[in-house]
Amino acid sequence: MFKELLTSAIAIGIIGLVFGIILAFAAKFFHVQIDSKIAAIRAALPGINCGGCGYPGCDLFAEKVSTGEARVNGCPVSSKEQKAEIAKIMGVEQEDVEPLFAVVRCIGTNDKVTMKYEYEGIQDCAALAALGGGNKGCEYSCLGMGNCSRVCPTDAIEIDNGIAIVDRKKCIACGKCAIECPRDVISLIPKSAEPIIMCSSLNRGKEVKSVCKVGCIGCGICKKVCQFDAIEMKDNNPIIDYKKCEDCGLCAEKCPTGCIEFDFKKRKIAFIEEEKCIGCTLCKKACQFEAVEGERKEIHKIISDKCVGCRACYEACPTDAVHLISR
Amino acid sequence: MTGFTKIVLIVISAALVNNYVLSRYLGICPFLGVSKKVETAVGMSAAVTFVMVMASVITFLVQDLILQPTWLAKLGVENIPDLRFLQTIAFILVIASLVQFVEMMIQKTNPSLYSALGVYLPLITTNCAVLGVAVINIREGYNLVETVANSFGAAIGFGLAIILFAGIRERLEYSDIPKPFIGFPIALIAAGLMSVAFLGFNGLIG
Repeated sequence: MFKELLTSAIAIGIIGLVFGIILAFAAKFFHVQIDSKIAAIRAALPGINCGGCGYPGCDLFAEKVSTGEARVNGCPVSSKEQKAEIAKIMGVEQEDVEPLFAVVRCIGTNDKVTMKYEYEGIQDCAALAALGGGNKGCEYSCLGMGNCSRVCPTDAIEIDNGIAIVDRKKCIACGKCAIECPRDVISLIPKSAEPIIMCSSLNRGKEVKSVCKVGCIGCGICKKVCQFDAIEMKDNNPIIDYKKCEDCGLCAEKCPTGCIEFDFKKRKIAFIEEEKCIGCTLCKKACQFEAVEGERKEIHKIISDKCVGCRACYEACPTDAVHLISR
Repeated sequence: MTGFTKIVLIVISAALVNNYVLSRYLGICPFLGVSKKVETAVGMSAAVTFVMVMASVITFLVQDLILQPTWLAKLGVENIPDLRFLQTIAFILVIASLVQFVEMMIQKTNPSLYSALGVYLPLITTNCAVLGVAVINIREGYNLVETVANSFGAAIGFGLAIILFAGIRERLEYSDIPKPFIGFPIALIAAGLMSVAFLGFNGLIG
Protein backbone atom coordinates (compact mmCIF):
# COMPACT_ATOMS: atom_id res chain seq x y z
CA MET A 1 0.00 0.00 0.00
CA PHE A 2 2.70 2.43 1.08
CA LYS A 3 4.85 1.45 -1.86
CA GLU A 4 2.05 2.20 -4.33
CA LEU A 5 1.46 5.59 -2.78
CA LEU A 6 5.16 6.35 -2.98
CA THR A 7 5.52 5.31 -6.63
CA SER A 8 2.45 7.35 -7.66
CA ALA A 9 3.70 10.38 -5.81
CA ILE A 10 7.15 10.04 -7.35
CA ALA A 11 5.75 9.53 -10.86
CA ILE A 12 3.44 12.58 -10.72
CA GLY A 13 6.16 14.53 -8.96
CA ILE A 14 8.66 13.80 -11.75
CA ILE A 15 6.18 14.79 -14.46
CA GLY A 16 5.30 17.99 -12.61
CA LEU A 17 8.92 18.88 -12.00
CA VAL A 18 9.96 18.33 -15.62
CA PHE A 19 7.12 20.47 -16.96
CA GLY A 20 7.68 23.07 -14.27
CA ILE A 21 11.29 23.47 -15.32
CA ILE A 22 10.35 23.65 -19.01
CA LEU A 23 7.73 26.33 -18.26
CA ALA A 24 10.16 28.32 -16.14
CA PHE A 25 12.63 28.45 -19.01
CA ALA A 26 9.88 29.18 -21.54
CA ALA A 27 8.66 32.09 -19.42
CA LYS A 28 12.13 33.55 -19.57
CA PHE A 29 12.64 32.81 -23.26
CA PHE A 30 9.20 34.01 -24.44
CA HIS A 31 9.00 36.94 -22.07
CA VAL A 32 6.99 39.82 -23.54
CA GLN A 33 7.72 43.34 -22.40
CA ILE A 34 4.42 44.99 -21.53
CA ASP A 35 4.38 48.76 -21.32
CA SER A 36 3.77 49.55 -17.66
CA LYS A 37 1.97 52.70 -18.79
CA ILE A 38 -0.88 50.66 -20.31
CA ALA A 39 -1.76 49.05 -16.98
CA ALA A 40 -1.45 52.38 -15.16
CA ILE A 41 -3.69 54.20 -17.67
CA ARG A 42 -6.17 51.34 -17.63
CA ALA A 43 -6.37 51.63 -13.84
CA ALA A 44 -7.13 55.35 -14.11
CA LEU A 45 -10.00 54.79 -16.55
CA PRO A 46 -13.63 54.25 -15.47
CA GLY A 47 -13.59 50.73 -16.92
CA ILE A 48 -17.19 50.54 -18.09
CA ASN A 49 -16.21 49.86 -21.72
CA CYS A 50 -18.85 52.23 -23.09
CA GLY A 51 -16.98 52.90 -26.33
CA GLY A 52 -17.44 56.66 -26.05
CA CYS A 53 -13.79 57.21 -26.95
CA GLY A 54 -14.23 55.45 -30.29
CA TYR A 55 -12.28 52.34 -29.32
CA PRO A 56 -13.90 49.00 -28.47
CA GLY A 57 -13.09 49.25 -24.78
CA CYS A 58 -11.02 50.77 -22.01
CA ASP A 59 -8.18 48.27 -22.57
CA LEU A 60 -7.65 49.26 -26.18
CA PHE A 61 -8.04 52.96 -25.39
CA ALA A 62 -5.32 52.65 -22.72
CA GLU A 63 -3.08 50.93 -25.27
CA LYS A 64 -3.72 53.63 -27.88
CA VAL A 65 -3.05 56.41 -25.37
CA SER A 66 0.24 54.81 -24.40
CA THR A 67 1.36 54.77 -28.02
CA GLY A 68 0.17 58.34 -28.53
CA GLU A 69 -2.52 57.43 -31.06
CA ALA A 70 -5.40 58.46 -28.82
CA ARG A 71 -5.64 61.76 -27.01
CA VAL A 72 -4.86 61.81 -23.29
CA ASN A 73 -8.26 63.28 -22.49
CA GLY A 74 -10.04 61.19 -25.14
CA CYS A 75 -12.20 59.44 -22.58
CA PRO A 76 -15.41 61.46 -22.28
CA VAL A 77 -16.52 59.62 -19.16
CA SER A 78 -13.58 59.96 -16.81
CA SER A 79 -13.54 62.73 -14.24
CA LYS A 80 -11.15 65.68 -14.20
CA GLU A 81 -8.96 63.90 -11.63
CA GLN A 82 -8.82 60.77 -13.73
CA LYS A 83 -7.82 62.77 -16.81
CA ALA A 84 -5.14 64.53 -14.81
CA GLU A 85 -3.91 61.15 -13.61
CA ILE A 86 -3.64 59.87 -17.19
CA ALA A 87 -1.89 63.07 -18.25
CA LYS A 88 0.55 62.58 -15.39
CA ILE A 89 1.28 59.00 -16.45
CA MET A 90 1.95 60.17 -20.00
CA GLY A 91 3.96 63.16 -18.74
CA VAL A 92 2.01 65.79 -20.67
CA GLU A 93 0.10 68.89 -19.65
CA GLN A 94 -3.54 68.31 -18.92
CA GLU A 95 -5.82 70.18 -21.30
CA ASP A 96 -8.84 71.56 -19.53
CA VAL A 97 -12.01 70.20 -21.03
CA GLU A 98 -15.43 70.99 -19.67
CA PRO A 99 -17.40 67.80 -19.03
CA LEU A 100 -20.37 67.38 -21.32
CA PHE A 101 -23.79 65.87 -21.00
CA ALA A 102 -26.43 64.83 -23.48
CA VAL A 103 -29.61 66.81 -23.82
CA VAL A 104 -32.75 65.88 -25.74
CA ARG A 105 -33.61 69.11 -27.45
CA CYS A 106 -37.37 68.65 -27.59
CA ILE A 107 -40.04 69.24 -24.96
CA GLY A 108 -43.03 68.47 -27.18
CA THR A 109 -44.77 66.02 -24.89
CA ASN A 110 -47.79 64.15 -26.21
CA ASP A 111 -50.22 66.74 -24.87
CA LYS A 112 -48.38 69.70 -26.40
CA VAL A 113 -48.02 68.56 -30.01
CA THR A 114 -50.55 67.65 -32.66
CA MET A 115 -50.62 63.91 -33.20
CA LYS A 116 -50.98 62.72 -36.78
CA TYR A 117 -52.15 59.22 -35.90
CA GLU A 118 -52.35 56.62 -33.14
CA TYR A 119 -49.25 54.45 -33.20
CA GLU A 120 -49.45 50.90 -31.92
CA GLY A 121 -46.48 49.29 -33.73
CA ILE A 122 -43.16 48.11 -32.36
CA GLN A 123 -41.65 50.35 -29.71
CA ASP A 124 -38.73 51.61 -31.79
CA CYS A 125 -37.97 55.22 -32.79
CA ALA A 126 -36.55 54.26 -36.19
CA ALA A 127 -39.63 52.19 -37.04
CA LEU A 128 -41.94 55.00 -35.96
CA ALA A 129 -39.90 57.59 -37.86
CA ALA A 130 -40.18 55.48 -41.00
CA LEU A 131 -43.96 55.46 -40.76
CA GLY A 132 -44.92 58.74 -42.35
CA GLY A 133 -42.29 60.69 -40.46
CA GLY A 134 -43.54 59.71 -37.02
CA ASN A 135 -46.82 60.21 -35.20
CA LYS A 136 -46.01 63.73 -34.01
CA GLY A 137 -46.74 66.63 -36.29
CA CYS A 138 -43.23 68.05 -36.06
CA GLU A 139 -40.45 66.32 -37.95
CA TYR A 140 -37.84 67.58 -35.47
CA SER A 141 -39.52 65.98 -32.47
CA CYS A 142 -38.39 63.34 -30.04
CA LEU A 143 -40.49 60.25 -30.74
CA GLY A 144 -40.20 58.87 -27.24
CA MET A 145 -39.91 55.19 -28.16
CA GLY A 146 -36.75 55.01 -26.03
CA ASN A 147 -34.01 53.88 -28.43
CA CYS A 148 -31.64 56.25 -26.61
CA SER A 149 -32.69 54.90 -23.24
CA ARG A 150 -31.93 51.34 -24.38
CA VAL A 151 -28.37 52.10 -25.51
CA CYS A 152 -27.54 54.24 -22.46
CA PRO A 153 -24.90 52.42 -20.40
CA THR A 154 -25.77 54.28 -17.20
CA ASP A 155 -29.59 54.28 -17.32
CA ALA A 156 -29.59 58.07 -17.43
CA ILE A 157 -32.50 58.43 -19.88
CA GLU A 158 -36.14 58.13 -18.98
CA ILE A 159 -39.19 58.46 -21.18
CA ASP A 160 -41.93 60.66 -19.83
CA ASN A 161 -45.10 61.43 -21.75
CA GLY A 162 -43.53 60.77 -25.13
CA ILE A 163 -40.27 62.62 -24.51
CA ALA A 164 -36.86 61.33 -23.49
CA ILE A 165 -35.30 63.15 -20.54
CA VAL A 166 -31.62 62.86 -19.68
CA ASP A 167 -30.56 62.88 -16.06
CA ARG A 168 -27.72 65.39 -15.97
CA LYS A 169 -26.10 63.75 -12.96
CA LYS A 170 -26.11 60.23 -14.35
CA CYS A 171 -25.07 61.13 -17.91
CA ILE A 172 -21.45 60.34 -18.76
CA ALA A 173 -21.48 61.93 -22.23
CA CYS A 174 -20.49 58.80 -24.12
CA GLY A 175 -22.63 60.04 -27.02
CA LYS A 176 -24.25 56.68 -27.78
CA CYS A 177 -27.76 58.10 -27.55
CA ALA A 178 -26.92 60.91 -29.97
CA ILE A 179 -25.74 58.34 -32.53
CA GLU A 180 -28.76 56.10 -31.96
CA CYS A 181 -31.39 58.86 -32.26
CA PRO A 182 -32.96 58.72 -35.76
CA ARG A 183 -34.19 62.35 -35.42
CA ASP A 184 -30.87 63.84 -34.29
CA VAL A 185 -32.50 65.74 -31.44
CA ILE A 186 -29.85 64.74 -28.90
CA SER A 187 -26.74 66.86 -28.63
CA LEU A 188 -23.82 67.03 -26.22
CA ILE A 189 -23.41 70.34 -24.40
CA PRO A 190 -21.28 71.49 -21.43
CA LYS A 191 -22.52 70.08 -18.15
CA SER A 192 -22.77 73.53 -16.56
CA ALA A 193 -24.66 74.97 -19.53
CA GLU A 194 -27.62 77.13 -18.64
CA PRO A 195 -29.96 78.11 -20.29
CA ILE A 196 -30.62 75.45 -22.95
CA ILE A 197 -32.66 75.79 -26.14
CA MET A 198 -35.12 72.91 -25.88
CA CYS A 199 -36.32 72.77 -29.46
CA SER A 200 -34.56 71.45 -32.56
CA SER A 201 -37.04 72.68 -35.14
CA LEU A 202 -35.65 74.52 -38.15
CA ASN A 203 -39.13 75.29 -39.48
CA ARG A 204 -40.58 78.75 -39.76
CA GLY A 205 -42.75 80.14 -36.99
CA LYS A 206 -46.11 79.45 -38.61
CA GLU A 207 -45.37 75.81 -39.33
CA VAL A 208 -44.06 75.27 -35.78
CA LYS A 209 -47.05 77.00 -34.25
CA SER A 210 -49.49 74.79 -36.17
CA VAL A 211 -48.05 71.55 -34.71
CA CYS A 212 -46.53 72.40 -31.32
CA LYS A 213 -47.38 74.65 -28.41
CA VAL A 214 -43.85 74.82 -27.02
CA GLY A 215 -41.69 74.82 -30.16
CA CYS A 216 -39.21 77.53 -31.13
CA ILE A 217 -40.88 79.85 -33.63
CA GLY A 218 -37.62 81.51 -34.57
CA CYS A 219 -38.81 84.97 -33.50
CA GLY A 220 -35.32 86.03 -32.39
CA ILE A 221 -36.49 87.72 -29.19
CA CYS A 222 -33.87 85.79 -27.21
CA LYS A 223 -31.16 87.19 -29.49
CA LYS A 224 -32.54 90.72 -29.06
CA VAL A 225 -32.75 90.62 -25.27
CA CYS A 226 -29.33 89.03 -24.78
CA GLN A 227 -26.99 91.71 -23.49
CA PHE A 228 -23.86 89.66 -24.05
CA ASP A 229 -24.25 88.86 -27.72
CA ALA A 230 -24.24 85.17 -26.86
CA ILE A 231 -27.17 84.11 -29.03
CA GLU A 232 -26.99 83.63 -32.77
CA MET A 233 -30.01 82.80 -34.94
CA LYS A 234 -29.42 80.11 -37.53
CA ASP A 235 -32.13 78.47 -39.65
CA ASN A 236 -34.95 79.70 -37.40
CA ASN A 237 -33.30 78.26 -34.32
CA PRO A 238 -31.11 80.06 -31.76
CA ILE A 239 -27.63 78.84 -30.86
CA ILE A 240 -26.15 79.84 -27.51
CA ASP A 241 -22.43 80.50 -27.28
CA TYR A 242 -21.74 79.30 -23.73
CA LYS A 243 -18.39 81.07 -23.65
CA LYS A 244 -20.16 84.42 -23.88
CA CYS A 245 -23.30 83.49 -21.91
CA GLU A 246 -23.46 84.89 -18.38
CA ASP A 247 -26.36 82.70 -17.22
CA CYS A 248 -28.71 85.63 -16.66
CA GLY A 249 -31.71 83.72 -17.96
CA LEU A 250 -33.28 86.74 -19.60
CA CYS A 251 -33.76 84.85 -22.86
CA ALA A 252 -35.67 82.12 -21.04
CA GLU A 253 -37.78 84.73 -19.30
CA LYS A 254 -38.71 86.52 -22.51
CA CYS A 255 -39.18 83.47 -24.79
CA PRO A 256 -42.82 83.60 -25.93
CA THR A 257 -43.22 79.82 -26.21
CA GLY A 258 -41.08 78.86 -23.23
CA CYS A 259 -38.78 76.56 -25.13
CA ILE A 260 -35.64 77.79 -23.36
CA GLU A 261 -34.90 75.85 -20.21
CA PHE A 262 -33.51 77.79 -17.29
CA ASP A 263 -33.64 77.11 -13.58
CA PHE A 264 -34.83 80.42 -12.16
CA LYS A 265 -34.22 79.15 -8.63
CA LYS A 266 -30.52 79.15 -9.35
CA ARG A 267 -30.66 82.77 -10.46
CA LYS A 268 -28.57 84.99 -8.19
CA ILE A 269 -28.93 88.62 -7.24
CA ALA A 270 -26.21 91.21 -6.75
CA PHE A 271 -25.76 92.82 -3.38
CA ILE A 272 -23.54 95.85 -2.62
CA GLU A 273 -21.71 95.95 0.70
CA GLU A 274 -22.17 99.51 1.90
CA GLU A 275 -18.89 99.80 3.81
CA LYS A 276 -16.82 98.86 0.83
CA CYS A 277 -18.66 100.86 -1.84
CA ILE A 278 -16.71 103.96 -2.85
CA GLY A 279 -19.27 105.30 -5.30
CA CYS A 280 -17.12 104.86 -8.40
CA THR A 281 -20.14 104.10 -10.66
CA LEU A 282 -18.28 101.31 -12.45
CA CYS A 283 -20.98 98.82 -11.53
CA LYS A 284 -23.66 101.13 -12.80
CA LYS A 285 -21.85 101.45 -16.10
CA ALA A 286 -21.32 97.71 -16.35
CA CYS A 287 -24.99 96.87 -15.70
CA GLN A 288 -26.90 96.20 -18.89
CA PHE A 289 -30.25 96.13 -17.13
CA GLU A 290 -30.24 99.50 -15.35
CA ALA A 291 -30.48 97.67 -12.11
CA VAL A 292 -27.96 99.82 -10.22
CA GLU A 293 -28.95 103.18 -8.80
CA GLY A 294 -26.87 105.82 -7.02
CA GLU A 295 -24.88 108.91 -7.84
CA ARG A 296 -21.11 109.41 -8.04
CA LYS A 297 -19.37 109.39 -4.62
CA GLU A 298 -22.50 107.92 -3.06
CA ILE A 299 -23.31 104.40 -2.01
CA HIS A 300 -24.91 102.43 -4.82
CA LYS A 301 -27.87 100.09 -4.55
CA ILE A 302 -29.25 97.22 -6.59
CA ILE A 303 -32.83 97.40 -7.78
CA SER A 304 -33.83 93.81 -7.05
CA ASP A 305 -36.66 93.67 -9.61
CA LYS A 306 -34.35 94.51 -12.47
CA CYS A 307 -31.27 92.54 -11.44
CA VAL A 308 -30.86 89.18 -13.22
CA GLY A 309 -27.68 88.08 -11.45
CA CYS A 310 -25.45 88.32 -14.49
CA ARG A 311 -22.13 88.99 -12.66
CA ALA A 312 -21.25 92.07 -14.78
CA CYS A 313 -21.18 94.46 -11.78
CA TYR A 314 -19.44 91.84 -9.66
CA GLU A 315 -16.61 91.67 -12.15
CA ALA A 316 -16.46 95.45 -12.62
CA CYS A 317 -16.24 96.43 -8.92
CA PRO A 318 -12.67 97.44 -7.97
CA THR A 319 -13.18 97.10 -4.20
CA ASP A 320 -14.98 93.73 -4.10
CA ALA A 321 -18.07 95.38 -2.66
CA VAL A 322 -20.46 93.46 -4.91
CA HIS A 323 -21.51 89.94 -3.91
CA LEU A 324 -23.77 87.51 -5.69
CA ILE A 325 -26.24 85.94 -3.31
CA SER A 326 -29.19 83.61 -3.74
CA ARG A 327 -32.58 85.18 -3.88
CA MET B 1 -4.08 -3.27 -45.18
CA THR B 2 -0.80 -1.53 -45.59
CA GLY B 3 0.49 0.84 -42.93
CA PHE B 4 -0.07 3.95 -45.01
CA THR B 5 -3.68 3.14 -45.86
CA LYS B 6 -4.34 2.55 -42.20
CA ILE B 7 -2.93 5.98 -41.31
CA VAL B 8 -5.10 7.70 -43.94
CA LEU B 9 -8.15 5.81 -42.71
CA ILE B 10 -7.44 6.84 -39.11
CA VAL B 11 -7.19 10.49 -40.13
CA ILE B 12 -10.43 10.46 -42.13
CA SER B 13 -12.24 8.48 -39.48
CA ALA B 14 -11.20 10.88 -36.71
CA ALA B 15 -12.01 13.97 -38.80
CA LEU B 16 -15.33 13.00 -40.33
CA VAL B 17 -16.89 9.76 -39.11
CA ASN B 18 -16.07 10.04 -35.45
CA ASN B 19 -15.88 13.83 -35.42
CA TYR B 20 -14.94 14.76 -31.86
CA VAL B 21 -17.36 17.64 -31.62
CA LEU B 22 -20.33 16.44 -33.60
CA SER B 23 -20.25 12.68 -32.99
CA ARG B 24 -18.47 12.27 -29.69
CA TYR B 25 -19.69 15.57 -28.22
CA LEU B 26 -16.31 16.57 -26.81
CA GLY B 27 -14.99 20.16 -26.72
CA ILE B 28 -18.44 21.77 -26.90
CA CYS B 29 -17.35 24.76 -24.82
CA PRO B 30 -14.92 26.32 -27.34
CA PHE B 31 -17.20 25.08 -30.14
CA LEU B 32 -19.96 27.37 -28.87
CA GLY B 33 -17.74 30.01 -27.30
CA VAL B 34 -15.30 30.90 -30.06
CA SER B 35 -17.52 30.32 -33.07
CA LYS B 36 -18.95 33.82 -33.41
CA LYS B 37 -16.45 34.89 -36.05
CA VAL B 38 -14.70 32.78 -38.68
CA GLU B 39 -11.43 34.61 -38.01
CA THR B 40 -11.22 33.64 -34.34
CA ALA B 41 -12.53 30.16 -35.12
CA VAL B 42 -9.59 29.65 -37.49
CA GLY B 43 -7.17 30.83 -34.81
CA MET B 44 -8.78 28.60 -32.20
CA SER B 45 -8.65 25.52 -34.42
CA ALA B 46 -5.00 26.22 -35.21
CA ALA B 47 -4.23 26.44 -31.49
CA VAL B 48 -6.21 23.27 -30.80
CA THR B 49 -4.46 21.42 -33.63
CA PHE B 50 -1.08 22.30 -32.22
CA VAL B 51 -2.00 21.46 -28.64
CA MET B 52 -3.77 18.22 -29.59
CA VAL B 53 -0.89 16.78 -31.60
CA MET B 54 1.73 17.83 -29.07
CA ALA B 55 -0.40 16.61 -26.16
CA SER B 56 -1.01 13.22 -27.76
CA VAL B 57 2.68 12.66 -28.45
CA ILE B 58 3.70 13.66 -24.94
CA THR B 59 0.89 11.76 -23.22
CA PHE B 60 1.82 8.72 -25.30
CA LEU B 61 5.40 9.00 -24.05
CA VAL B 62 4.26 9.61 -20.48
CA GLN B 63 2.03 6.53 -20.67
CA ASP B 64 4.78 4.34 -22.10
CA LEU B 65 7.68 5.62 -20.03
CA ILE B 66 6.15 6.34 -16.63
CA LEU B 67 2.63 5.04 -16.18
CA GLN B 68 3.15 1.64 -17.83
CA PRO B 69 6.93 1.25 -17.95
CA THR B 70 7.25 -2.01 -19.86
CA TRP B 71 10.80 -0.98 -20.86
CA LEU B 72 11.91 -1.68 -17.29
CA ALA B 73 11.44 -5.39 -18.01
CA LYS B 74 14.25 -5.27 -20.55
CA LEU B 75 16.54 -3.89 -17.87
CA GLY B 76 15.66 -6.89 -15.74
CA VAL B 77 13.53 -5.04 -13.21
CA GLU B 78 10.89 -7.19 -11.59
CA ASN B 79 7.62 -6.00 -10.06
CA ILE B 80 7.04 -3.30 -12.66
CA PRO B 81 4.67 -0.71 -11.06
CA ASP B 82 1.32 -0.33 -12.81
CA LEU B 83 0.33 3.34 -12.60
CA ARG B 84 -2.39 3.34 -15.25
CA PHE B 85 -4.91 4.59 -12.65
CA LEU B 86 -2.99 7.90 -12.65
CA GLN B 87 -3.76 8.39 -16.35
CA THR B 88 -6.36 11.16 -16.00
CA ILE B 89 -4.48 13.33 -13.52
CA ALA B 90 -1.13 12.87 -15.29
CA PHE B 91 -2.63 13.75 -18.69
CA ILE B 92 -4.36 16.84 -17.34
CA LEU B 93 -1.04 17.94 -15.85
CA VAL B 94 0.67 17.45 -19.21
CA ILE B 95 -2.04 19.25 -21.18
CA ALA B 96 -2.21 22.16 -18.74
CA SER B 97 1.53 22.77 -18.88
CA LEU B 98 1.50 22.43 -22.65
CA VAL B 99 -1.26 25.02 -23.01
CA GLN B 100 0.70 27.39 -20.79
CA PHE B 101 3.68 26.88 -23.06
CA VAL B 102 1.65 27.50 -26.22
CA GLU B 103 0.11 30.61 -24.66
CA MET B 104 3.53 32.09 -23.92
CA MET B 105 4.70 31.24 -27.41
CA ILE B 106 1.69 32.81 -29.15
CA GLN B 107 1.92 35.94 -26.99
CA LYS B 108 5.48 36.37 -28.12
CA THR B 109 5.13 35.48 -31.78
CA ASN B 110 1.59 36.56 -32.70
CA PRO B 111 0.08 39.19 -30.37
CA SER B 112 -3.02 39.77 -32.50
CA LEU B 113 -3.89 36.08 -32.45
CA TYR B 114 -3.23 36.13 -28.71
CA SER B 115 -5.72 38.94 -28.09
CA ALA B 116 -8.23 37.39 -30.51
CA LEU B 117 -8.21 34.06 -28.66
CA GLY B 118 -8.59 35.84 -25.33
CA VAL B 119 -9.82 33.62 -22.53
CA TYR B 120 -10.33 30.65 -24.80
CA LEU B 121 -6.68 29.74 -25.00
CA PRO B 122 -6.52 28.91 -21.28
CA LEU B 123 -9.82 27.11 -21.84
CA ILE B 124 -8.02 24.51 -23.97
CA THR B 125 -6.40 23.50 -20.68
CA THR B 126 -9.60 21.89 -19.56
CA ASN B 127 -10.76 21.06 -23.06
CA CYS B 128 -12.26 17.59 -22.91
CA ALA B 129 -11.54 17.08 -26.62
CA VAL B 130 -7.77 17.25 -26.03
CA LEU B 131 -7.94 14.95 -23.03
CA GLY B 132 -10.41 12.72 -24.88
CA VAL B 133 -8.06 12.28 -27.83
CA ALA B 134 -5.16 11.43 -25.51
CA VAL B 135 -7.19 8.84 -23.60
CA ILE B 136 -8.72 7.31 -26.73
CA ASN B 137 -5.27 6.99 -28.34
CA ILE B 138 -4.18 4.85 -25.39
CA ARG B 139 -7.41 2.86 -25.25
CA GLU B 140 -7.26 1.98 -28.96
CA GLY B 141 -3.69 0.79 -28.50
CA TYR B 142 -2.26 3.00 -31.26
CA ASN B 143 1.47 3.19 -31.81
CA LEU B 144 3.23 6.58 -31.96
CA VAL B 145 2.58 7.21 -35.69
CA GLU B 146 -1.06 6.23 -35.40
CA THR B 147 -1.39 8.42 -32.32
CA VAL B 148 -0.15 11.42 -34.26
CA ALA B 149 -2.48 10.55 -37.16
CA ASN B 150 -5.51 10.16 -34.92
CA SER B 151 -4.94 13.37 -32.98
CA PHE B 152 -4.21 15.30 -36.18
CA GLY B 153 -7.42 13.95 -37.69
CA ALA B 154 -9.34 14.84 -34.57
CA ALA B 155 -7.97 18.39 -34.65
CA ILE B 156 -8.85 18.72 -38.34
CA GLY B 157 -12.34 17.52 -37.51
CA PHE B 158 -12.60 20.02 -34.67
CA GLY B 159 -11.38 22.83 -36.93
CA LEU B 160 -13.77 21.80 -39.71
CA ALA B 161 -16.72 21.76 -37.33
CA ILE B 162 -15.93 25.05 -35.60
CA ILE B 163 -15.14 26.98 -38.81
CA LEU B 164 -18.26 25.71 -40.60
CA PHE B 165 -20.27 26.54 -37.50
CA ALA B 166 -18.77 30.03 -37.29
CA GLY B 167 -19.77 30.58 -40.92
CA ILE B 168 -23.33 29.52 -40.10
CA ARG B 169 -23.44 31.79 -37.05
CA GLU B 170 -22.19 34.76 -39.04
CA ARG B 171 -25.09 34.22 -41.42
CA LEU B 172 -27.49 33.79 -38.49
CA GLU B 173 -26.58 37.28 -37.25
CA TYR B 174 -28.35 38.76 -40.26
CA SER B 175 -31.26 36.35 -40.37
CA ASP B 176 -34.75 37.06 -39.20
CA ILE B 177 -34.91 34.81 -36.16
CA PRO B 178 -37.91 34.61 -33.81
CA LYS B 179 -37.10 36.58 -30.66
CA PRO B 180 -36.93 33.67 -28.17
CA PHE B 181 -34.38 31.92 -30.40
CA ILE B 182 -31.90 34.78 -30.87
CA GLY B 183 -28.38 33.97 -29.68
CA PHE B 184 -27.54 30.63 -28.13
CA PRO B 185 -30.84 28.80 -28.72
CA ILE B 186 -30.57 29.09 -32.50
CA ALA B 187 -26.85 28.31 -32.29
CA LEU B 188 -27.59 25.09 -30.41
CA ILE B 189 -30.26 24.13 -32.95
CA ALA B 190 -27.80 24.78 -35.79
CA ALA B 191 -25.20 22.67 -33.98
CA GLY B 192 -27.72 19.85 -33.64
CA LEU B 193 -28.53 19.97 -37.36
CA MET B 194 -24.81 19.96 -38.20
CA SER B 195 -24.40 16.93 -35.99
CA VAL B 196 -27.19 15.16 -37.88
CA ALA B 197 -25.47 16.06 -41.15
CA PHE B 198 -22.19 14.61 -39.94
CA LEU B 199 -23.99 11.38 -39.00
CA GLY B 200 -24.23 10.91 -42.77
CA PHE B 201 -20.55 9.98 -42.78
CA ASN B 202 -21.38 6.87 -40.76
CA GLY B 203 -20.43 3.78 -42.73
CA LEU B 204 -18.02 5.74 -44.95
CA ILE B 205 -15.27 3.45 -43.77
CA GLY B 206 -16.75 0.05 -43.34
